This record gives sequence, C-alpha cells and structure tokens, in this order.
Amino acid sequence: MEKFGKSTARLCLIGVAIAFLAMFLVLPLVSVFAEGLSKGIEAYGAAIIEPDALSAIRLTLLVAAISVPLNIVFGIAAAWAIAKFDFRGKSLLTTFIDLPFSVSPVVAGLIYVLLFGAHGWLGPWLRAHDIQIVFAVPGIVLATIFVTFPFVARELIPLMSEQGRDDEEAALSLGASGFQTFWHVTLPNIRWGLLYGVLLCNARAMGEFGAVSVVSGHLRGQTNTMPLHVEILYNEYNFAAAFAVASLLALLALVTLILKSIVEWRFDHRRGGAGH
Amino acid sequence: MASIAPGRQLHVPEPAAPDRSVGAKSAIPGFGLTMGLTIAWLSLIVLIPLSTVFIRSAGMGWFDFVAAGFSPRAIAAYKVSFGTAFAAALVNAVFGLVTAWVLVRYRFPGRRIVNALVDLPFALPTAVAGIALTAIYAGNGWVGQFLEPLGIKVAYTPVGIAVALIFIGLPFIVRSVEPVLEDMNVEIEEAALSLGARPWQIFVRIILPAIMPALLTGFALAFARGVGEYGSVIFIAGNMPFKSEIAPLLIITQLEQYDYAAATAIATVMLVASFAMLLLINVIQAWNRKRVNG
Repeated sequence: MEKFGKSTARLCLIGVAIAFLAMFLVLPLVSVFAEGLSKGIEAYGAAIIEPDALSAIRLTLLVAAISVPLNIVFGIAAAWAIAKFDFRGKSLLTTFIDLPFSVSPVVAGLIYVLLFGAHGWLGPWLRAHDIQIVFAVPGIVLATIFVTFPFVARELIPLMSEQGRDDEEAALSLGASGFQTFWHVTLPNIRWGLLYGVLLCNARAMGEFGAVSVVSGHLRGQTNTMPLHVEILYNEYNFAAAFAVASLLALLALVTLILKSIVEWRFDHRRGGAGH
Repeated sequence: MASIAPGRQLHVPEPAAPDRSVGAKSAIPGFGLTMGLTIAWLSLIVLIPLSTVFIRSAGMGWFDFVAAGFSPRAIAAYKVSFGTAFAAALVNAVFGLVTAWVLVRYRFPGRRIVNALVDLPFALPTAVAGIALTAIYAGNGWVGQFLEPLGIKVAYTPVGIAVALIFIGLPFIVRSVEPVLEDMNVEIEEAALSLGARPWQIFVRIILPAIMPALLTGFALAFARGVGEYGSVIFIAGNMPFKSEIAPLLIITQLEQYDYAAATAIATVMLVASFAMLLLINVIQAWNRKRVNG
C-alpha cells in the first residue's frame, strides 16, 4: 500500500515535470523548425542563402570571433588573480565581474550610446576624428563583450580556487617558468571548465538581441546580426523566412546543449548554485 | 601530487639553492599582470560605461529625474515588468522545484535529455524564443487555439509576458536547488517516515527549510533576469503603453525619440533595482553560510 503510494507520487512528479518542460521548452523549439519549413524546403533554403541573411550570418560569426577570445583571455586572467592569490576586496571584485548578469541587456546597450553616441561624452571627439562606434560594428562587439563578460571568469574562478596552488607551486619549484607552469599545468587542469564557459559564452554572443539591438543601426546587410535579421523579417510578416533564420540559431542552441552535456559527462562538472 | 608539497618543504633547509629560492617559493608569479589586466578590462568594459548612467542622472537635477524616471507611463511599465517577473518566478519556483526534485531523486528513461533540456533557455537566443512562443500562444497557434475558446488570451497580453519570462527563468531555479537536494541526507527523511510523519510533513518540516536559501536565490536570480528581459518579451507582449509595455522597451522607445534624459532616468531606476536584487542575493547566501556553519 505504502509502496504503491510512493510510486504513484513518483510517477505524478515525473509527469508534471515533463509536461511542464514539454509545454514551455520543447514546444517552442519544435515550432521554430515547423514554422521555418512551413513553406517548403526551397523557401527555407532561399531565406538562408539570401544576401542579407548571409551578411547577418557573417556579422554574427565575426562578432563572436572577436568577443569570445577576448573574454577567454580576460576570464583566465581574472580567475588566475582571484583564485591563486589572497588580497583584500576579492569578493567585491567577484561581484563586479558578475555585474553584467544583473543588468538589463537594453541598459547594456544604452551605456555605450551614452558614451559613444552623437550626444554622448566622446561623441563630438569621435565625430571630429571620423570614428563611428555605436550604430556600427564596434558598438555591436562592445555590447556583446559586456553581456558575455562574466561567462568564462565565473566558470573558472570556483574551479581554480578548488584546485588550489599545489600543482603550480610544484612545477615552479622544479624550475618551470610562470608561462610554462600555466601552459603545462594549469591549462590542462581547467580545460573542461574553460570549454564549458566558452560554450555558454559563444551561445550568448551569437544570440544576444537586446543590447545589440540598441547599438546597431539596423542597417540591412551592414549592421544586422542574425537575431536582428530575424526581428526584421518577423516585423515584415515574412514569418517563414524569420523562422528559417531562427532555426539556424536554434540548431546552434542544440549543438551547444549537446556539447555541454558531453563536457559534463567527461568532466563530471556540476555548476554551482549561483547559476546566471 | 600530495607527496610533492611536503617533499619540497623538506628540501628547503638544504643549502643547495640558497639564492634563487626566495621569490619562487613565496608566491606564484603573474599577480601584477593578471590583476592589472582584470582591473583595466573590467573598468573599460563594465565600470566606466555603467557609471555614465549615474553621472548623467546626477546631472539632470532631482525634479527632472523624477519627472522622467517616474512619469505615469514609466510607473506603469515598472509595474508590468516587476509584476510579470514576480509571477513568472513564482510559477518557476513551483515547477522548477518539481523538476529539480525529479532530476535528483528519480532515475527514469530520458532523464539525461531532460537534464540537458533544462539549460535550453541559456542556449537559445531570446529573440528566437520570443517569436516561437508568440507563434504557439497566438489565437491560431498550437496552444492558443485551445485557450482562445476558453476566453484565455495569452499572446499580446501581460500573461504572454509572464509566459516568456517563465521560459527565461526556469533554469535559474532548477540549477540553484539541484546541488542542495543532492547534498541532502535522505536518512533524515527515512527516519521521519519511520516515526510516522506524513509525506507533506516531511516536505514542509525537513525538505523545504533545507532548500529554502537555494530556492530564494534561484527565485531572486529568475526575478532579476525577468525584470530586465527584452528579446523574448517584445514579440509576445503587444507593447501597449500602460498595459503591456515593459520598462526595457520604454527605454528603447525614449531613445528612438532622442529623449536621452528619460531613457537614462528609467535605466537608473532599473539599475538601482537590479543592484538591490544583487545585494539581496548576497544577503541570502551569507545567511545560508552562517546557518550551515552553525
């Protein structure tokens, strides 16, 4: 009797969880592909190889190719300083690194407009020197770096703190240089955590919408990233094309999730409670 | 690995390498370089740009700031943003907890797929989620067509905003609660059960108190993310001023009308709100550490 009650509760809870996830996560994902293919495979292909779509894809790849490596370098440097040394204000520094996660993407875009826009602090100087930052590609890159800022660092800081500094001290005592120690000792130790952070960083960099939307000039073929191109097509009621381009981003998300699961499996790496 | 460290200490008194040991022994190199890089990059990308919002607001004068940041339309937008984010976080607190529980306590076919799927909102671009949810919940959509005859309109109403924020916020709750559930001692529950406690008593008296800090943290993270969310919301919201206009959209509307002062004032209010949330999350976690450490 009791056993029966327990297994019923178990089934109910699993059922509730799966129904909830199916409703809110699976259905939207499936609908992206269904709507994208609603006008046939030819229309789907045409929407993707159209010149504006291709230039949006190129810009998205370019923005990720600039912002992700910069965040890797910063993330490793920050994690090295925070995890391997003791200093005052460490928790304040970690809070600052986390800040972009709690700032609205729209505000993230706005701050660069206030700084570099025509009415911004540096606006007149930039115009005098004929440099355009906002409503152009540099602004998109800056806004993307801002929103992806914490991903790599916050993945590495707990990992490297946990690993301590015994390995590095051993290598150094055996005569390795600082850089050799990092390359041959630290990097192999953190490679899965780093890959994990890079995956999430890249997904966000390619998919960011709000921040990029504020600083992009929305010029087709010039300052349009893939998510912005999706928005334009959608607002023109060109739904099938919008969903076709969106399905490429959904594929990116699926690949990210699969790689992430593999990394977790290889590394048995569980993310801490803070999430993001 | 463990044998190397004590071994090295044993070698210290040896006079073999007296001159080159001092610096190498005392610390790992690279503090100046990595710390300098961190501070410089953090200042350039985050701190200095963020400060522009506050400095601009400070330059506006108190009266102008309140007039722009707390205009009737802005207040209505805050109510929509904070209200829908709160409702979505509540829904997620319930279903996120159930999901975390199921993932930690039960083994069932497809569990790993479910586990991977929970992170979909982190991986799927928000604009894609936005148009997909709109298509599903519109009057002729897969779900909307069944809700419409019941008189339930989701797309283009505040309910639709909440639906988008439920999508966005779910992983925050699940991933916050999961590790705590994993570390929980099942024996206490079994002891309570053998002493005649009912399942709901066990849940309320044993499980809920243990996971409360994590649940609150997840709630606060989901809420904070929901308040600032833009991409997934604007497609499904309808964006009617005073009704379904969220605060981030109002910032963009003001920017497009070149009203930088109003955009800045609203952004300041939102930044202060998110800093308050950040502080609250830190307080919850500090409280939890104190509780756990006795």
